[in-house]
Amino acid sequence: MNMNDTLISEPLEPQEMSTPVNRPVEDAGAQSAKVEEGKTVGKPFADDPKFKLRNVEVFYGQERAIKNVSLDIGRNEVIAFIGPSGCGKSTFLRCLNRMNDSIDICRVKGQLMLDDEDIYHSKKDVVELRARVGMVFQKPNPFPKSIYDNVAYGPRIHGLANRKSELDDIVEDSLRKAGLWNEAKDRLHSIATGMSGGQQQRLCIARAIAVSPEVVLMDEPCSALDPIATAKVEELISELSESYTIIIVTHSMQQAARVSSRTAYFHLGHLVEVNETSKVFTSPEHELTESYITGRFG
Amino acid sequence: MQPANLFFLILALIFTAYVLGYFRSKALARPLGGVRHLKSLPGYYAVRAALWCGIPALIILVLWASFENQIIQMLVLGTLAPEIVPASPGEASLLMSQINNIASGALSSGSVDASLVNAAELLTNLRQNSNTYMTMLVLSIAVLAGFVGWYRIQPKLNAREQVEIILRWFFFSCAAVAIMTTVGIVFSVFFETVRFFGMVSFTDFFFGTSWSPQVALRADQVGSGGAFGMIPLFTGTLLISAIALLVAVPVGLFSAIYLSEYANKHVRSVVKPLLELLAGVPTVVYGFFAALTVAPFIANFAQTLGMNASSQSALAAGLVMGIMIIPFVSSLSDDVINAVPQSLRDGSLALGSTQSETMKKVIFPAALPGIMGGILLAASRAIGETMIVVMAAGLAANLTANPLQSVTTVTVQIVTLLIGDQEFDSPKTLAAFALGAMLFIVTLLLNVIALKIVRKYREQYD
Ligand SMILES: Nc1ncnc2c1ncn2[C@@H]1O[C@H](COP(=O)(O)OP(=O)(O)O)[C@@H](O)[C@H]1O
Ligand SMILES: [Mg+2]
Repeated sequence: MNMNDTLISEPLEPQEMSTPVNRPVEDAGAQSAKVEEGKTVGKPFADDPKFKLRNVEVFYGQERAIKNVSLDIGRNEVIAFIGPSGCGKSTFLRCLNRMNDSIDICRVKGQLMLDDEDIYHSKKDVVELRARVGMVFQKPNPFPKSIYDNVAYGPRIHGLANRKSELDDIVEDSLRKAGLWNEAKDRLHSIATGMSGGQQQRLCIARAIAVSPEVVLMDEPCSALDPIATAKVEELISELSESYTIIIVTHSMQQAARVSSRTAYFHLGHLVEVNETSKVFTSPEHELTESYITGRFG
Repeated sequence: MQPANLFFLILALIFTAYVLGYFRSKALARPLGGVRHLKSLPGYYAVRAALWCGIPALIILVLWASFENQIIQMLVLGTLAPEIVPASPGEASLLMSQINNIASGALSSGSVDASLVNAAELLTNLRQNSNTYMTMLVLSIAVLAGFVGWYRIQPKLNAREQVEIILRWFFFSCAAVAIMTTVGIVFSVFFETVRFFGMVSFTDFFFGTSWSPQVALRADQVGSGGAFGMIPLFTGTLLISAIALLVAVPVGLFSAIYLSEYANKHVRSVVKPLLELLAGVPTVVYGFFAALTVAPFIANFAQTLGMNASSQSALAAGLVMGIMIIPFVSSLSDDVINAVPQSLRDGSLALGSTQSETMKKVIFPAALPGIMGGILLAASRAIGETMIVVMAAGLAANLTANPLQSVTTVTVQIVTLLIGDQEFDSPKTLAAFALGAMLFIVTLLLNVIALKIVRKYREQYD
C-alpha cells in the first residue's frame, strides 16, 4: 500500500532549540481526547533494547517539557519522533547523548539506560557516551575546515587512528557510507562550507559515523534541504539503518513513513503513541495521533 | 550684542518660524479638507520655514565673526598716511598691535604719531559699531528670510523634498569637516617632512643609529650638527610595544575565552565591564603607576637577582602599557568568539570533544582572523602611546634590546622636540614632523590590515 495517500498535509514548523516555542494550545478537535500522563498506547517496550528509558522527565527551570515518558528503542531500528512543534521531540532526543547538559536551566529525571548503563550516572563519561551516540543537527554545521579535516575531527580527538593511512581509510570509508565519496574525493582539502546544503548535511553524517557510533540521533536532518537533497539523505538513512540504531526527529510524516520502522508520537511533552510506522499511519490507536496525521493540527 | 547671545536669539527665531510655519500649513490645509491635501506633512513646511529663517542668518553670523578682525584691520590701515603704510604682513601686525595699545590706553597717545591716534579712534569706533551692525544685519536677515519661508508655504509646495535636500547637504558638510581636518593634518605633516628631508639626508634619518637632536647655538659647538638617526627610537618603540603585547595578548585572549565560553551570565555581566574599564583609565594614571610603583619594583627585583636595572626601564613601561591594552584584545576577541555560531560548538561537543578541545580546534581557528584584527588594533595603540613611556621608560635614546635599560620611543621624542622654545625652521623641530609621518604611516598600515582582516572574518558568517 502507498502510505503517502493517507497523509493529507504536512505541517511546516520552523523551529530552533534555542528559542523556546510557545506551546500550541490543544485545539478543538483534540479537546475531547485527553492524554493520561505516563500512559502510552501501542507498543513502547521491546525485548533487549538499545535504549531503555523509564519515567523520563525534563525540566527547563520550572517548566516541565517532557512528562513521564517511558520508551524502549531497539537495536538497529529506525525510530521516528513526530509531533507538533514544541512538543518536546528535540528535548527528548538531546537527553540521549546528554546534549542538554550545555543548557544551564535544563534538568533531566528518570532512568535512561544505554545497554544497561545509566547515561545520567554521575560518573558517566560524557565524551565516551557521545562517541557511542552521534548526532546530526537540523542545520548542516560543518566546521570551517577542509572536508577531510571535518571527517577526521572525531577520529582525531578519540585517537582512533595511529597512522595517517589509517585516518585516510576512516575518512574514505565514512564518506563512502555517506554517499559523498564520489563528489568529494577530488576536493578533500577544499573548505567544507563551500559545498551545497545537501552535501554539507551528508558531510555532517559522515563526520558523525567516522567515530563508529552505535546510535545516530538526527534532529530534523532534512528540514533545511531541498527535495532532491532530502531524497538523497533519506536514501542514506535507509542504508545506514543496517548497521546503526537511528533515531530521527521529523516534521514530515512522509519522511517518517519512508525511513522508519517505528514511530513515536509526542504531544505537549507526553509520549502518546508508539507503534510500527505502518500501524501508526494507517490505524492510529489514539485520537490525538489520528488528528495529527490527518492534519487536523500541527 | 555678543555673538553667543545673538546665537540664542536666532534659535528662538527659528523656533518661532517653526511654530508659525506649522500653524500656517495647518490653516491652509483646513479649507482643502485636511492635511492629506497638502503636498507634504505640516512638519515639513514648518522645518522648511525654520531652515529659511536659520541658515542664512547663521551663515552671516559665522562669516562675520570669523572675518571681523581682518576687515577692521584693513579699514584701519587703509586710513593711514601712505608713508607709514606697512610693507609686509609682519609690520602690519606690529603696527596693529601698536594701534590696539593706543586704543586701549596702554600706550599714551601723546607719545606717538597723530595719524596713529586717529587710527586708534577709528578702531574703537568700528569695534563698537561692528557689533551693532552685525546684530542688526543678522536679526533682520533671520526675520526676513523666515517671513519669506513662512509666506511661501502653499499646498502645492513640495516642502518634504526641499527639506531632504537641505538635510543631505547639512550631513555632507558635517562629514566634510571631519575629512578635511584629517586631510589638512596629513598635508601639513607631509610638507614639513619634506622640508626636514631638505636639511637631513634620507640615509641619516632612516639608517642612523644615533639620536641627539640638539642644534648648535654657536657654530663651533661640539656636536653642533645634531644626529637624527631614527633607529634607536623605532627599536625603543618596538621593544616596549612587544613587551606590552606579550602581556596583553595572552591575558586578553584567555580572559576573552573565559568570558565567552566558561563564565556564566552573571559573572560575565560583572567582569566584562570591569575589564573594559581598564581602557578608560587616563594614561597619565598608568604613567605614574608605572613610574612610581612598577619601575622601582623591577629595579629592586633585578638587583636582588644580581642584574643591573636602571630606575626607568622599558620593562616597566611595557608591562603597564600591556595592562592598558588588555581590553582592546579581550573585548574584540570576545566579540568574535561570540560570533562563532552555536551550531559549531554543538557539532563539536556532539562528537565527544571536551569544552577545551572545542575551543582549541573549532572556535579558536574560526575566530582567529578577528582575534588577529584585535591584536593589530592593540598594537597600533601601543605604538602611539606616549604618556606611560615618558614617565616610566625615560628619554635616553639607547639602542638596546635589554628591557631593563631605559629607552625612548618615537612619540616621546616628538613631545620633547616640541617642548620649549621653537624655531620653526630648525631641523630639530621639523624632525618631529618626520617622526610623526613615519608613525602615521606605520599605524595606518596596521589599522588597514586589521580592518581588512576583521571585515574578511565578518563575511565568513554573514
Ligand atoms: N533552551 C530552552 N530553554 C527553555 N525552554 C526550552 C528550551 N528548549 C526548548 N524549550 C521548551 O521545551 C519545549 C519543547 O521544545 P522542543 O524540544 O524544542 O520541541 P520540538 O523539538 O518538539 O519542537 C518547548 O515548550 C520549548 O519552549
Ligand atoms: Mg525541535
